[in-house]
Amino acid sequence: MPKVTVDGVEIEVPQGATVLQACELAGKEIPRFCYHERLSIAGNCRMCLVEVAPGPPKPQASCALPAADGQTIKTDTAMVKKAREGVMEFLLINHPLDCPICDQGGECDLQDQAMAYGRSYSRYDENKRAVEDKYMGPVIKTSMTRCIQCTRCIRFADEVAGTPEIGMLYRGEDSQITSYLERALTSELSGNLADICPVGALLQRPQSFESRPWELRKVPAIDVMDAVGSNIRLDVRQRQVMRILPRTNDAVNEEWIHDKTRHHVDALVRNRLDRPWIRENGKLRAATWNEALEAFAKQLKSAGKKVAAIAGDLLDAETMYAAKKLLAGQGSKLLEGRQTGLDYDVSSLSALRFNTPIADLENADAILLVGSNPRWEAPLVNTRLRKAARKGAKVFAIGPVADLAFPVTWLGDDLKLIGKLPKEAADAIAKAERPVMIVGPGALGKGALGAALKASGPFIKTGWNGFNTLHISAARMAGLILGYAQKGGIADIEAAKPELVLLLGADEVPDGKFDKAFKVYVGHHGDKGAKQADLVLPAAAWSEKHGTYVNIEGRVQRGERATFPPGDAREDWTIFRAVSDLTGKPLPFDRFDQLRAAMVADHPELGTDGVIDWKWSAPKLDAKAEGPVGYAIKDFYLTNAICRASPTMQRCSEELVHGQSFLEAAE
Amino acid sequence: MGSVTPLSDKDRIFTNVYGYQSADLKAAQARGDWDKTADLMKIGQDQIIEIIKASGLRGRGGAGFPTGLKWSFMPREPKPGKPNFLVINADESEPGSCKDREILRHDPHKLVEGALIAGFAMRARAGYIYVRGEFIRETQALEKAVAEAYSAGLLGKNAAGSGYDFDLFVHRGAGAYICGEETAMLESLEGKQGKPRLKPPFPAGAGLYGCPTTVNNVESIAVVPTILRRGAAWFAGFGREKNEGTKLFQISGHVNKPCVVEESMSISFRELIDIHAGGIRGGWDNLLAVIPGGSSVPLVPAAQIMDAPMDFDGLKELGSGLGTAAVIVMDKSTDIVRAISRISYFYKHESCGQCTPCREGTGWMWRTMERLREGDATSATIDRLLDVTKQVEGHTICALGDAAAWPIQGLIRHFRPELERRIAERGNETLEAAE
Repeated sequence: MPKVTVDGVEIEVPQGATVLQACELAGKEIPRFCYHERLSIAGNCRMCLVEVAPGPPKPQASCALPAADGQTIKTDTAMVKKAREGVMEFLLINHPLDCPICDQGGECDLQDQAMAYGRSYSRYDENKRAVEDKYMGPVIKTSMTRCIQCTRCIRFADEVAGTPEIGMLYRGEDSQITSYLERALTSELSGNLADICPVGALLQRPQSFESRPWELRKVPAIDVMDAVGSNIRLDVRQRQVMRILPRTNDAVNEEWIHDKTRHHVDALVRNRLDRPWIRENGKLRAATWNEALEAFAKQLKSAGKKVAAIAGDLLDAETMYAAKKLLAGQGSKLLEGRQTGLDYDVSSLSALRFNTPIADLENADAILLVGSNPRWEAPLVNTRLRKAARKGAKVFAIGPVADLAFPVTWLGDDLKLIGKLPKEAADAIAKAERPVMIVGPGALGKGALGAALKASGPFIKTGWNGFNTLHISAARMAGLILGYAQKGGIADIEAAKPELVLLLGADEVPDGKFDKAFKVYVGHHGDKGAKQADLVLPAAAWSEKHGTYVNIEGRVQRGERATFPPGDAREDWTIFRAVSDLTGKPLPFDRFDQLRAAMVADHPELGTDGVIDWKWSAPKLDAKAEGPVGYAIKDFYLTNAICRASPTMQRCSEELVHGQSFLEAAE
Repeated sequence: MGSVTPLSDKDRIFTNVYGYQSADLKAAQARGDWDKTADLMKIGQDQIIEIIKASGLRGRGGAGFPTGLKWSFMPREPKPGKPNFLVINADESEPGSCKDREILRHDPHKLVEGALIAGFAMRARAGYIYVRGEFIRETQALEKAVAEAYSAGLLGKNAAGSGYDFDLFVHRGAGAYICGEETAMLESLEGKQGKPRLKPPFPAGAGLYGCPTTVNNVESIAVVPTILRRGAAWFAGFGREKNEGTKLFQISGHVNKPCVVEESMSISFRELIDIHAGGIRGGWDNLLAVIPGGSSVPLVPAAQIMDAPMDFDGLKELGSGLGTAAVIVMDKSTDIVRAISRISYFYKHESCGQCTPCREGTGWMWRTMERLREGDATSATIDRLLDVTKQVEGHTICALGDAAAWPIQGLIRHFRPELERRIAERGNETLEAAE
């Protein structure tokens, strides 16, 4: 490992580190604009200049220079300071002085670094440059006059998103970042562009002029828009979540999130259920909590054991646990979370999760997708697969052809192929050291789990398990742990003819099921579930309650409450606790921490920090699978009740999925 | 130590630089090109590199890096799938330079033969000649020469009967000055925007398509066969120590007979002009300043240049450089500020826009130069401009930033009184107008 001296302090740095990384290890802050840890090195902003000996007698760009043994690096000499001040002055001469109305203000790299390296006056008395704004789609707002041409956005689109639709046109001081044809970026990751833009050139369009960063309270949370469990941060002002940003977690989402995670936020205050409703003569009427709970208790008493609960996709483990206990008090175990009728075997959860840690996916050297479109089902798994493909992994897929943003060999959509892969694919997998199979919800829906498990042999080696099952519901893994699964799926519940069905934020249950039962909807948005319910109890959305979530790897993560539910709505578990009093069988928890403690006592794995340790054991299942397989998600932007209530997501769907073009109003 | 006497005709390498004879293969062979090339290659790869080192040949593209040394950086045993490449820089776009085009259109076989030998010496699988986009006739002449060489068996499999396989490709650029920068040229050859790469890695480590590559100027390559035929000592016999050889000088501007001429290195400026260019227009007393190496080097005022040796080190001592030996002569009728301002505009126009100091600095410098041209400034403006040039110089990815800064620094160093005079004159006018 090379030893370098940074400002007189000798440190050892990892092989292959750059001078900039060496300086950071030594605790020196190096200003930068174009350099980003997760993108290739451009070296074009020239802000990170340092003095390096041996080397030419001029400052060097530290981001691009490899650290070598015996180097002496100086970061605080007069030459370095002068050089950085020069670069800062150049960046500012054509940068507009509109910080007071710029949404980046307060979290702008240029603003921050100008405090350290800027002059307090301008020496530039020529006209400033103006650049026309470009159209980059429904979630990115551009203000290109502010652009400092760092090319982070170009590199992100090329390297991470795999949609090379941004580039630089013209040259010299006329250079412009553009989307070429001014069409919306076809990436579900485009919101990250605004995060990596160091200035206010690329901003979140839906949140224009809404808030200032210093007004916001920051709350850590877990994303529920898919089952990956991206780590996020909720920025809250008073009673409203203003925006959602990624939190860095290298094991899960690195520092990216997809647009659905980021921009469903506007629906947290739209279409909300904020008071109880009771159906009378076929119409819902507003009710008080007393009336509603009385009605609920009455129905519970009369239904007795004939009570079922269907869990929705966005639920936290605590809510599901509280409902389970309520049903247990009635003597019922009719629990199910797979609303759309999936009925795969749940005897071993190790066969139903990602056995390959998400972070290790990028080291895979052969990948087989079975009925899975990870770009829509788990975009942040897809970025890892794309990394693997860029490193040379061969990707094969069984399913209809789709654009995954990396090259894929499509084998066809017949599930029979699982058992007899074409020679090319079979050879590549046999030769691979770290092969990965991903069984998607499409394949699970067609009963292909058994066939996939039977074919899993080549994917499992000592120290490497490449068998993975992909879910799309954030509640799925916790639901399976808590027993929200019948042998025959939701059909078993139907067959049991329940008299009362509890829809826990369940909005995907097909119409016409449980017509004879009294349906109680406990949830937060007026969507399909509330429409068919006989009693609607307003509850908290995911951002309004503490919660435990288990992602596809079996990683247990906890999110915090950011705001309180609107109006009369209350946290889900308190509803069950209240009604249990009325039925005379009070639940044994009065506070949230008691609920969580009870849950962890019953299900110790939910108390894990990190990934649950499930031993690999593949159940013996019927290995017959045939017929065409499809994908579970038809419209990436409208997969749950919250998204469907979001104007931004609707616009994204219309524009990016259905190809409608939106012309900007002429200015 | 070589002599610094004017070159005699028998020692000229480029015997058809004026196009008095045909450029085709037969005529070239009559002039001695392609004469027993296979025998030259039998000298051996390492031995050729040693001879070039001993000849003292320094790169003719402007930077003056020793050519033999550059070749020796190439891997001796290329890895499988990573062949060595030779790239020849014929993107001659420097204002004032016009030597490569004469080679391309009148003596292309010198270049083609040189490419084979140089490619052989550095174990290159193939060579690429990147020709400036505006050189249409020159490209045609070169393509014809390459085709002739292929059909005569001088290129391709078993090139010239040497047993070595070597392909040569001609690629026309799209007319960007920056593509003359070696790494930008590689980017452009690969089909990308011509924007210079970060160094390290240097092209000899990872160049064209990530393979080891050497980029040489047309003239550097074209002189190689003759050096091998006549010996390193012959070539090293011209010019001063460390500045050996002959050189194509391109004399333009206010001389009586502008011309391109091959001369011994280190010849004095006075001799160069008097012998070949018919003297300064209006006599030596009328000389104002000279840009001795193309637009990117600082100008040198008359008094300092007159008897200076025209070579790398001699001009460096004067705070300028030999560059491509594009000698731009300016007499006292020149508006020197306007001349430098125009050069500034050129660099503003040709900046690729990749890195900050050059992108933003070139425009600022040009606009300030325009103000100084009209005197619409104060003397603090001059200091500010000098400061801006220092902020650009040495802080950029490639040398275009330096090239944009140096002419202005030269102007301020030598002609500050002229700048102040204009400010003072304009200042008086303004006052009067205000009254």
